[in-house]
Amino acid sequence: MALLLAVLIWIVAVGLAYPFIVDTWPLPDTITEHARQVDAQYRLTLWVTGIIFLLAQLALGYAVFKFGRNRPGAAAHVRGNERWEILWTTAATVLFVGLTFMGYTVWAEARFTESANRAPDEDRTIVEVVGQQFVWNMRYPGADGKFGPTKIELVDDALGNPLGVDRDHPDGKDDIVVPRMAVPVNRQVELQLKSKDVLHNYFVPELRIKLDTVPGITGTLRFTPDKIGTYEIVCSELCGLGHYKMRSFLEVKTQEDYDQWLVAQAEFLEQ
Amino acid sequence: MATEVAEHLEVHRHPEPTNFWTKYIFSIDHKVIGIQYIILAIVAVFVGMALSLLVRLRLVWPDKPIEILGTLFPVGAPEGVMTPEFYLAMLTMHGTMMVFMVLTTAPQGGFGNYILPIQIGAADMAFPTLNMLSFWTTFVSFVTLCAAFFVQGGAPIAGWTAYPPLSALDEATIGGYGQDLWLLSIAFFCIGSLLGALNFIVTTLQLRAKGLTMMRLPLTVWTWFVTAILGLLAFGVLLSAGVLLLMDRLGGTSFFIPGGLLVNDIPIDHTGGSPILWQHLFWFFGHPEVYIAILPGMGVTSHILATFARKPVFGYKAMVYAVVAIGALGFVVWGHHMFVSGMSPYSGFVFSVLTMCIGVPSAIKTFNWIGTLWGGKIRFTTPMLYSIGFVSLFVTGGISGIFLGQPSVDLFFHDTYFVVAHFHLIMGVAAIFGMFAGVAFWFPKFFGRMMSEGMGKVHFWLTFLGVYAIFGPMHYLGVIAHPRRYAETTSVDYLGAAGANEIHYFVTMAAMITVTVQCLFLINVVWSLFKGKRVTSDNPWEATTLEWVTATPPAHDNFEGRIPTVNHGPYEFSVPGAPRDYVMQCNAPDAAPARKSGE
Repeated sequence: MALLLAVLIWIVAVGLAYPFIVDTWPLPDTITEHARQVDAQYRLTLWVTGIIFLLAQLALGYAVFKFGRNRPGAAAHVRGNERWEILWTTAATVLFVGLTFMGYTVWAEARFTESANRAPDEDRTIVEVVGQQFVWNMRYPGADGKFGPTKIELVDDALGNPLGVDRDHPDGKDDIVVPRMAVPVNRQVELQLKSKDVLHNYFVPELRIKLDTVPGITGTLRFTPDKIGTYEIVCSELCGLGHYKMRSFLEVKTQEDYDQWLVAQAEFLEQ
Repeated sequence: MATEVAEHLEVHRHPEPTNFWTKYIFSIDHKVIGIQYIILAIVAVFVGMALSLLVRLRLVWPDKPIEILGTLFPVGAPEGVMTPEFYLAMLTMHGTMMVFMVLTTAPQGGFGNYILPIQIGAADMAFPTLNMLSFWTTFVSFVTLCAAFFVQGGAPIAGWTAYPPLSALDEATIGGYGQDLWLLSIAFFCIGSLLGALNFIVTTLQLRAKGLTMMRLPLTVWTWFVTAILGLLAFGVLLSAGVLLLMDRLGGTSFFIPGGLLVNDIPIDHTGGSPILWQHLFWFFGHPEVYIAILPGMGVTSHILATFARKPVFGYKAMVYAVVAIGALGFVVWGHHMFVSGMSPYSGFVFSVLTMCIGVPSAIKTFNWIGTLWGGKIRFTTPMLYSIGFVSLFVTGGISGIFLGQPSVDLFFHDTYFVVAHFHLIMGVAAIFGMFAGVAFWFPKFFGRMMSEGMGKVHFWLTFLGVYAIFGPMHYLGVIAHPRRYAETTSVDYLGAAGANEIHYFVTMAAMITVTVQCLFLINVVWSLFKGKRVTSDNPWEATTLEWVTATPPAHDNFEGRIPTVNHGPYEFSVPGAPRDYVMQCNAPDAAPARKSGE
């Protein structure tokens, strides 16, 4: 019985850890420097926790195997061991809190958007992302670089104005609203995340970041993609019965392709 | 002191009930109420498991007609194909049923109610009538929750977290009264739990037998006590949040609904609320709730490991401090559920550091459990197997928290299956192993018969493997960025490409087998009630605490008017020089050779 239980605990522990060790299900591709930093932090955490996990499970299995009732001698009347207890308390504190501080800069890069020494790039691409059940709308400010005002009364999906952009306003005249997102490579992108109705969440696995779109609040995310390609944007906050199919694409293009794409969208708007 | 105890006894000794109704239904006896809570939890857990199976089936065969489902649920599964909203309704009700009606009722209201007064040498809880009221309020809550299945619009689809505006606006869902009943049910539940928490705290502080100092309390009592404090502080917040959301839904207020919303092309006539406010209130309750579910399991595990390793709990004081620390820290980490909500990134960092600090007392508990086993003479009884299983599951479920507690890494894993694996292992399965252990351990005291060891062991082996087969692979789904609460994988290309469907298939098969195995547990309980081996001693496990000196089952007032005096600590096993390998708490002072003070 003791041996069986010990072996079972060991098999389960090693079996669970093995696919992580050999990367059977690898993390998605990375397309930003930040994503690679997240991966580094993830792998560090994997090592630290992996060792603690295996040590604890193997020790548990060993104790079960070694100290069965049929062994000779009496049970030890031990109430504790201060030295060991101080040791593992200190070790756990240093490791766990240490990990947080090591991951601090990675978090700061992603989210401390307003602090002075992380001023956004002047030439960043600004895109407004508006979630609604169960589609994504991406708005580009057009040639003037300014988003026009929106009005609920003007919202008309059939007329191609899902956000209710005031087309009579000089700022709103050239705003481009599309269901897919395109951005140029190697230039900072700033997303302004909003929602028309309920909570949604903008998640691109390759970016390693996600942020809720909260109605009434504008959230900000900045990233600099460095790999050309098409990536899926999936909704990661329960938003209703179509949550599972609320998806769009992030297309990272060369600067020329991106400029052409913008021109094409603007021409489409003219018609 | 002695007169004080005698007075307590007089106050809490109520006449023995004479008819069926006052004895078994509207009983004010803590033992009957405890069993009532456990029965409620068993009913709820089977409903909850059935719901989870529907969820699992939908994930594997999203569009395959399953004829029997069409017959059972003509609206939710027309022609046998479950609709996405039916999937979300089942998911919401599964979470609610399990978190509230199972994980919050049985460990505290069930075992705590039955065992705590006896372990501290009391005739009953401090407020027996209030105790009855707690249970029946909880029962009303359960019935209200079940009613949500049957009203127009069906059960709510906003998840057990009920984030507004989705939960607040009928325009955003199918609508109907399901969400209102859900909120009403939660409100009742909070009231029942608040009353119960008060009762537990007063009982622990006021009704301890002579000589039973706080540092002589069994760890079970410590965890029930700390859990009650958590419940007292947490449920009030959820109650008020629930009432506010109900007012948003029915009274036209806007606590959680901001202005300018356009839902399904319908302009919403609300203004000025904040959806994030709900998240703060919900998780201020929700995180302590995790510990409300798991702490009693930790107590039971510590208790049983010591009993069957025949050793004192390793580092008893550290274990007490760890429980208190987990409880205290549990109130200042709720923000880690909101790293992606858009709250200030500065507070995210604070919440992260505090969250990682919880890893420390958790690590202390784990190492001390292994330390308790180390050097023991382990008796591999069924309750012991469940408790060892608890430790393994606690380690596995806890370690993934180290990933999720770091916001940088959480930005990737948040709201993926990695989280689903994490919380199911730690607050779901580990806590349920604590309950299995509790049932198997105290069954002989409850009913005077042992449970079948054979059936118990088969159930343990299969369940232990089964839960790892279900929740282990979910970590990999998280690694490939599978968002949770998806009715199917077909709409996202990378999921199928990375192998999500194969993992889902494996998990569903494992879940079907594991759920089936749970019938064995139920059969074991029923069989043992009538056919189990009768106990020949009041203390069949040779344990040390006060519940084992009472009659089996205990008399109406537990100690038949003779409250014992406590002379020893709770886990005096294998004391050198003692005649047997255990010294009961109420044994004479000289039953164990004196030790130096402070130990």
